[in-house]
Amino acid sequence: MRREEVLKNIKGKFKGDIIELFDKSSKRVYIEIKPQSLVKVATYIFKDLKARFNIASGMDARLHIEILYHFTIEPINLLISLRVKLPKDKLEIDSLAPVFEAANWIEREMHELLGINFKGHPNLKKLLLPDEWPEGVYPLRAEYKEWDKNAIRDRGL
Amino acid sequence: MAKRTIVPIGPYHPLQEEPEFFTLTIEGEKVVDIDVQVGYNHRGIEKISEMKTFDQIPFVVERICGICSTSHPFACVQAIEDINDIEVPERAKYIRTIVGEGERIHSHLLWLGLAGHFLGYNTVYMWAWKLREEILDVMEILYGNRNNYAMFKPGGVRRDIKDEDIPDVLKKINSIIPTLEMLKKAVMDDPVLHARTKGVGILTKEEAINYSALGPTSRASGVTKDVRKDAPYAAYDKVAWDMIVTQNGDVFDKAVVRVLETFESINIMKQCIFNLPEGEVDANIKSISAGEGIGTHEAPRGEVFHYIRSDGTNTPIRHKVRAPTFMNLPTYKATIIGETIADASIILAAIDPCYCCTERMAVRDTKGKKLYGGEELIRLSQEKTEKLRAKYV
Amino acid sequence: MSFKLKALLKSPWVFHLSTGSCNNCDIEILDCLTPRFDIERFGMLLAPSIKHADVLLITGSCNRKSATRLKRLYEQAPKPILVVAIGECSLSRGMFIHSYNCPLPLDKIIPVDVYIPGCPPKPEAIIAGVVKLIGKVKSKTKK
Repeated sequence: MRREEVLKNIKGKFKGDIIELFDKSSKRVYIEIKPQSLVKVATYIFKDLKARFNIASGMDARLHIEILYHFTIEPINLLISLRVKLPKDKLEIDSLAPVFEAANWIEREMHELLGINFKGHPNLKKLLLPDEWPEGVYPLRAEYKEWDKNAIRDRGL
Repeated sequence: MAKRTIVPIGPYHPLQEEPEFFTLTIEGEKVVDIDVQVGYNHRGIEKISEMKTFDQIPFVVERICGICSTSHPFACVQAIEDINDIEVPERAKYIRTIVGEGERIHSHLLWLGLAGHFLGYNTVYMWAWKLREEILDVMEILYGNRNNYAMFKPGGVRRDIKDEDIPDVLKKINSIIPTLEMLKKAVMDDPVLHARTKGVGILTKEEAINYSALGPTSRASGVTKDVRKDAPYAAYDKVAWDMIVTQNGDVFDKAVVRVLETFESINIMKQCIFNLPEGEVDANIKSISAGEGIGTHEAPRGEVFHYIRSDGTNTPIRHKVRAPTFMNLPTYKATIIGETIADASIILAAIDPCYCCTERMAVRDTKGKKLYGGEELIRLSQEKTEKLRAKYV
Repeated sequence: MSFKLKALLKSPWVFHLSTGSCNNCDIEILDCLTPRFDIERFGMLLAPSIKHADVLLITGSCNRKSATRLKRLYEQAPKPILVVAIGECSLSRGMFIHSYNCPLPLDKIIPVDVYIPGCPPKPEAIIAGVVKLIGKVKSKTKK
C-alpha cells in the first residue's frame, strides 16, 4: 500500500474520530484523534497496516496533557503519530497493553511520571521511581517542585 | 505442585543502560515465571534536557549510555533537524556514519566477549575485548576520546576528520579483520557452542512483532527491520551493505547476527572513509523555530527514538528518549520461560542488555536453605559447557 | 601496619558497583582486566561478591533506588574496606546535580577514600588512582 492510500484509508475509516491531520513531511504525519477512539485507531494501524509501535510520549502542555503514540510503517517509511489531548481534571485513557504487549512498559512509565490513569492495564505499578516516592508527585509535570528536604543541590563550593 | 524456588538476579547491572532486578521463579531446573524491575539507573534525563539549550543537549544525551554514546546524540540531532527540515552537509553525513558504525563494531565485540564469558569461554572474552581496543584506538585518533566522542551537533558535526589520520585508521581497521575472521570461525563452528545456544531462548517472529522488539533481537527472529535500510539517513543509502537477518530467533542466531553485522560495519566504515566528500561539516543553524521533530537511529541494540518539541525558544519543552532495551527487555517473558536455570544467564545476555548482573546473582530456596551466589550460577553454566564438550570433542 | 591491611594491599580485590551511571566508567573498569591493561598482574581481581572485596569501586550518580542498596552493601562489606569514586557522576553528580532522582552526592552517603575524575576516566587513570590509594593507606598506617 502506498503512502497516499494509507492516509486515505485512515481518513475514510475514522472520519468521526479524527480532529486534525497534519501532514508534516513525506516521512511524518501527526493525527489528532478523540481520546475515546484511541484503541480503535491504534489497533487498525498496528494490526491491519502492520506498523511497528515505536513508543508513546506524554507531555504536560500546561492546559492539558498530551500523549503521542508513534507508529512506523517500514515499507513506505512513514511515521504516524497519534495525538491525544486529555483534560487535566480527568486524566484517563484506555490502555493499549491488552492489544499489543509493546505498550505495557511505557504506560507504566507515563502513569508514574505524569499521573495518567490507563484503564484496563494489566499491571499498572511503578516502573522507574522508588517505592518511597510520594504519592501524587509527578516529576514530568510542569508544576513539579523539589519535595525532598534533604536533597543537596549545590557542589559545596 | 512441584516446589517452586525464587531466584533473585540483581538489582545491579554495572554494564547496563537500565540496571534491572529479575525475579525468576523456577520449578526444579525449569524457569516458570520472570518479573523484571527497572529504575536503578533512572536519572531523569528527560527533565534535565528541558533545562538545557539545543547546543547542550547532545552532550546530555551522550551520557545516557556509555556504549551507545553516539547513538543517542545521533538520533537527537536528527530530531532537532527534523523540526525545521534542515539539510546536513554531505561530508558531515559521511562522518556521522563513520562514528555510528565504529560504535557498532565495539559494542558487538563487547557483547561477544561477555557472552563467551558466560558460556565458560574466557578466551573469547579476552580476544574480543583485545580486538575492541583497536577500535577504541581508532576512535581516539579520529575524535580524541575512547568513549563520549562529542562529535554531534545540530546541523553537522563538531570536528572534521583530518586526512593525515586516515592511513592510521585504515591500518588499524584492516589489522583486526583476520583476527575477527578467526574468532568468527571459532565461535560458529564450535559443536559445543551449537549445543549450548541452538534452540535456546527462542523468540518467534510473531512475538518479536507483538513486543515490537528491535535490532539484532528482532532480526534474529526473521523480522526484516533496520532503520538504516527502511528510513535511510546520513550516508546509509550511499554505501552498499546488507541487512543481516536469520530465522530461528535463538541465542545462536542472535550471536550470528551480531558477528556478521560487525563485518558489515567494517565494510560501511571503509566505504565511507574512501568516499568521504569534500566540503563543510556544519550547516550553522542559528535558531530552531517552534514545532516538533522525531529522530531515529539504528543503535547496536536496535532503534533509538528521540522526540523533541520546541516552542521557538532556546530550550525544548519536551524531549522523549526511548532506548532499544526498553522494548527488548519485556521479551524475556517470551524467551526465558520453560528454559533451564543453567541457560538463564546466556538468555538474559542474548538481547545485549549488558551482563554484570549475572555476576551478582543469588539463588535462594524458598525455605532459605540453599544459596547459590553469582559465581555458582556462572559455574553451573560453565559446567554444562564442560559436559557438552566432553561429549562432542 | 595491621596484618589485615598489609594482606589487603598485597592483592586488593575490587568490587564494582554502579549506582546509576551511564556504564562508560564500568566498561573502562572491565577494560582494565583485559589483555591490554591487565591489572591482574598487580594482584587486582574483580570480586564477584562484596564479601570477598577489599576495594569498592563506585560509579554513577547515586539515584534514590540504588542509594539504599549502596548503603546496605557498604554495611555488608568486610572491614577495612576502601572506597574509590570513579567518574564525574560519583564525584559531584556532574550534570545530574539537578535531577529529581539523584538527591545526594556519594560522599554524603558513605565515606570515600579516593576520587578519580573524568568522564569517563581512562583505564590508565583508574589504575593510577588505585595505586595512589594503596600509597595513601601505606603512608597513613606507617605513622
